[in-house]
Amino acid sequence: MATQHSRSAARIMMAPAVVLLLGWMLVPLIMTLMFSFKRYLPLRGGDLGWTGFDNYIRFVSSSAFWPAVSTTLIIVGAVLIITIVLGVLLALLLDQPMWGQGVVRILVIAPFFVMPTVSSLVWKNMFMDPTNGLFAHLWRFFGADPVAWLSEASVPSIIMIVSWQWLPFATLILLTAVQSLDSEQLEAAEMDGAPALSKFGYLILPHLSRAITIVVLIQTIFLLSIFAEIFVTTGGAFGSRTLTYLIFQRVLESQNVGLGSAGGVYAIILANIVAIFLMRIVGKNLDA
Amino acid sequence: MGQIQLNQVTKTFGNVNVIPPLDLTIHDGEFTVFVGPSGCGKSTLLRMIAGLEDLTTGSISIDGVDATDTPPAKRGLAMVFQSYALYPHMSVRKNIAFPMRMAKMPEDEQNRRIEAAAKALNLTDYLDRRPGQLSGGQRQRVAIGRAIVREPSAFLFDEPLSNLDAALRVGMRLEITEMHERLKTTMIYVTHDQVEAMTMADKIVVLRAGIIEQVGSPLELYHSPQNEFVASFIGSPKMNLIKGEEAAKHGAATIGIRPEHTGVSMTEGMWKGRVGVSEHLGSDTFIHVHDTGLADMITVRINGDVQVKHGDTIYLNPELDKLHKFGADGKRID
Ligand SMILES: Nc1ncnc2c1ncn2[C@@H]1O[C@H](COP(=O)(O)OP(=O)(O)OP(=O)(O)O)[C@@H](O)[C@H]1O
Ligand SMILES: [Mg+2]
Repeated sequence: MATQHSRSAARIMMAPAVVLLLGWMLVPLIMTLMFSFKRYLPLRGGDLGWTGFDNYIRFVSSSAFWPAVSTTLIIVGAVLIITIVLGVLLALLLDQPMWGQGVVRILVIAPFFVMPTVSSLVWKNMFMDPTNGLFAHLWRFFGADPVAWLSEASVPSIIMIVSWQWLPFATLILLTAVQSLDSEQLEAAEMDGAPALSKFGYLILPHLSRAITIVVLIQTIFLLSIFAEIFVTTGGAFGSRTLTYLIFQRVLESQNVGLGSAGGVYAIILANIVAIFLMRIVGKNLDA
Repeated sequence: MGQIQLNQVTKTFGNVNVIPPLDLTIHDGEFTVFVGPSGCGKSTLLRMIAGLEDLTTGSISIDGVDATDTPPAKRGLAMVFQSYALYPHMSVRKNIAFPMRMAKMPEDEQNRRIEAAAKALNLTDYLDRRPGQLSGGQRQRVAIGRAIVREPSAFLFDEPLSNLDAALRVGMRLEITEMHERLKTTMIYVTHDQVEAMTMADKIVVLRAGIIEQVGSPLELYHSPQNEFVASFIGSPKMNLIKGEEAAKHGAATIGIRPEHTGVSMTEGMWKGRVGVSEHLGSDTFIHVHDTGLADMITVRINGDVQVKHGDTIYLNPELDKLHKFGADGKRID
């Protein structure tokens, strides 16, 4: 777009799309902000007028708030670590020429196509059920007492389910990155006498850093808002309540829209803090 | 030391036979160039010597020791790749140091070699840069530096100059030749550019479809090509090959005459033709002569000052003692 003229023409033509997008994003955001400053109890009197920052103070001072924040961060952090470590290993494995490569790759990607609700139900009933689950049978086979996964180890269970769902995504992105590594570089390292571990550390990992950055950023955005996995498995009990889930409970279970909205605003702030952090830590990789 | 010997080496990819049984000896200190058309197996052969490609059958020995199953790093050979294959996340210094670090060489020895290599290759000012911040020629020098510091018994180059522009290529060609004079290490150099082959080599190996067509010094190949393929491959512009009646007069199936061994005249001569395109290089002019009744086109070299016009009638006088004769099987007849 070289000239002044073509620039202004471009602006006019983009305007409808921009206005639509802004409306799409801004209307819900502004409504959330508005409700957060109101006392609004749909089943107990409806809109009861403005209350200032009451909702915000109540949301934070509730005993459930800080545990929810820490659960959120633990789940997001653990899933990121698991998916990236296993993702890198799987990507390296899938890059090796092997028999039935095409089928194996499709199988690895398959979990991503299963809806979160469905996969959580499958995990809950078929794997983690303390009497009939596969794990219970396995434990009993080795003579151990079956673990009641979702009540005794609720957060690790959820981490396991969510990691299983997101591993294919990480693997896929990392596999394309592994495949784009110049094979002559690896051969040069081979000639230079680098053992496999050095090749990984000096060549493959630095080459993957950009893809890892992208996986971290995209997954963080989605993981901060996981919901179905918790709703279906523990229903937020046993310390598995994340911020998203807390907001859901405030709005729907306690029927307090104002309080939930304030929570929503906190969630936006938390997401932005995490995003800024991530951008600063890993964003540098994207420039290089 | 750096004597390399290939015995009955073959290579097949799947069921495609890329290298039929091949024997070759490369003597210590020799600058050997593999040259041939694209896809003839030059890179494959070099990679087999390097150990990056397994032999299908046959054996390789380096300095008299069988190295067929020796891993690449243990062969004492260093390779410079066409894409340079520098490590993009390391500085130039670290790139050059990498093979020494892998060999766990003492730090001060590493530094001494890096400084020496950087000085020899004009890289001293760039040691702290990343490869991405260097020009093509500088990257190539880093790749050579990384090879030099290992003090290998032989250097392997796979078309190292083909990504450089023409002027830089001439410069690097000299630098590599210079380096060979200084180090006196065996070098094997793959190229499809016959100018590089002619100017740099002690010994040229001409390959076609994995078969060695001829091995010899540049001038041997130029003056007495053993077959039609080598005759037309070496020399620029190509040798004119003439078949049929005219060749039969000289007792051959095909005769060849180089453009620079054909005199021209506007009035009389052995062969008569019509001038087509003239390519003026300044010092020389190459003219394409048509309608001679001998071949589609005959190229001749004339002095740059001679003026000829498109469509002029021209007479050619080949120097008969420089005529190459080939039999029906394409082999040279003396
Ligand atoms: N990994 C491979 N699998 C199958 N065929 C291969 C493989 N590598 C090379 N070939 C085939 O072997 C032949 C020789 O290849 P090679 O790379 O040695 O050619 P080259 O002489 O180096 O050509 P160029 O001048 O284009 O680099 C080609 O026909 C190529 O298709
Ligand atoms: Mg090649």
